[in-house]
Amino acid sequence: MSRIDVLARDMESLDLLASRDTPVRRLDPRAKAAVTAMFLGTVVSFGKYEIAEMTPLFLYPAAILALGQVPARVLFRYLLFASPFALLAGMFNPVLDRETAISLGALDVPGGWISFASIMLRFMLTVSAVLLLLACTGYVQVCAALGRLGAPRIVITQFLLLHRYMFILSDEAARMTRAHMLRSRDGRGPGIRVWASLAGHLLLHAHDRGSRTHSAMLARGFDGSLPSLRAFRWSWADTCFLAGCGGFFVLARFGNLAERLGDLMGFAV
Amino acid sequence: MSHHIVEAADLEYSYPDGTPALKGVSFRIEHGESVGIVGANGAGKSTLLMHLNGCLLAGKGTVRVGDFPVTGQTLPQVRRSVGTVFQDPDDQLFMPTVEEDVAFGPLNMHLPPAEVESRVSASLESVNALHLRKRPPYKLSGGEKRAAAIATALSMSPDILVMDEPTSGLDPRARRKLIGLLAGFMHTKIIASHDLDMIYALCGRTIVLHEGRVAADGPTASILANHDLLAGCGLELPLSLQGCPVCANIKKAE
Ligand SMILES: Nc1ncnc2c1ncn2[C@@H]1O[C@H](COP(=O)(O)OP(=O)(O)O)[C@@H](O)[C@H]1O
Ligand SMILES: [Mg+2]
Repeated sequence: MSRIDVLARDMESLDLLASRDTPVRRLDPRAKAAVTAMFLGTVVSFGKYEIAEMTPLFLYPAAILALGQVPARVLFRYLLFASPFALLAGMFNPVLDRETAISLGALDVPGGWISFASIMLRFMLTVSAVLLLLACTGYVQVCAALGRLGAPRIVITQFLLLHRYMFILSDEAARMTRAHMLRSRDGRGPGIRVWASLAGHLLLHAHDRGSRTHSAMLARGFDGSLPSLRAFRWSWADTCFLAGCGGFFVLARFGNLAERLGDLMGFAV
Repeated sequence: MSHHIVEAADLEYSYPDGTPALKGVSFRIEHGESVGIVGANGAGKSTLLMHLNGCLLAGKGTVRVGDFPVTGQTLPQVRRSVGTVFQDPDDQLFMPTVEEDVAFGPLNMHLPPAEVESRVSASLESVNALHLRKRPPYKLSGGEKRAAAIATALSMSPDILVMDEPTSGLDPRARRKLIGLLAGFMHTKIIASHDLDMIYALCGRTIVLHEGRVAADGPTASILANHDLLAGCGLELPLSLQGCPVCANIKKAE
């Protein structure tokens, strides 16, 4: 099975995961969306050489992973799939930035490597936070929550269609590579030239299909708002979740949490 | 009652790339009629249907649904009275579960939750798909998908049901079931298809489209028996009217 197939199946499995009853799942989607947004904000606000300072933030995805009963395997598969993009983004830092940023004993570590590591860390943190949000809430619920939190209608529509495109693209890609495989001489995968033409077709197909889906949505009175079958209900648990996570993020950002945790561990040892 | 009429007058439409798809189409469909729109591939059937729910707006001429001309301003009213079942159910079903998909229309109409719930159950019930309500649509069989897609249109309580090739991609048994189901609906029905046997079974009136124009409009029984007319429009007699090849051979032998 091709990688893109696996990804689509995981897309399904994220939605399937989201239909189970867990403590995280019971929280109001708005609270989860807001906390995720705060988390993303915290992660990107760190300077490009601050690695150690960022590490306590891993506690958040770890906690959600545990409480939301999300299999780590699914999360890792996504991270792996998306990692080429992060690698691409960080690749040139070690080449461009050779000035020594820190010295570990005799070893001088150039700034480029530090910022490369920080890009990878940030990538892992942000992608897992978003995936966990989806796995504990469900894609459409997240869209509805964003709408309730004031995201513009056009953005909600785009997100909904994006979800469809994922399925459509993976479906059509699977079909087209199969069709090609059956006709190619040695049954091997397509070469780079064929790939380019396949990809072009794929985008055209996906665009056509996307616009037909959009027509179908409009035909049923879709106006960009997304009323939900389950009414959102804000409870005390949501307030606590929001305040707790918010407090933790502030501490992690401004409270030297990494150092303190380090001291604490050192003390304990 | 002018309530559920559908009327097109000199309707013309060209796609943005310049393809002329409709070149002056006129007809009037009364309340409670079942009308088949037949024509070869590319005759303009789908394009015509997309004008009836306002997904496409007339380039020239007018379309009226009930008391409203179909324009940008009347879309909400038009879409409330016209339920569309698209050709490919995969285009129509996009929510995580069948239930949410069927609820999508009523929720967009801002109905109270209890009403939404009862409409979802009722419309799934009427297509015999109540047991599918919690399933994700992409995992259903072709026939089940079609049933779910019809339920998504029914849940909006439309006066007029517009269907594009409802039997395409169904196996003979699923097709027969669907025909039985549609025969039981009391809505004004407009069905585009080149499955002439289905049209023969369901529609009292047939409009033949050929290259974007109305080639004929009249009682199904006489139109679908008219070999020359159908041949001129790239169609063939319904199988049920073609006579049995086995019997014909026996007759010849005698
Ligand atoms: N999105 C589109 N862009 C350009 N031309 C189109 C598009 N959709 C359909 N057409 C053209 O319009 C004509 C009528 O198409 P259509 O209404 O889909 O026919 P039918 O449903 O009867 O097979 C055809 O010539 C077709 O090629
Ligand atoms: Mg068509």
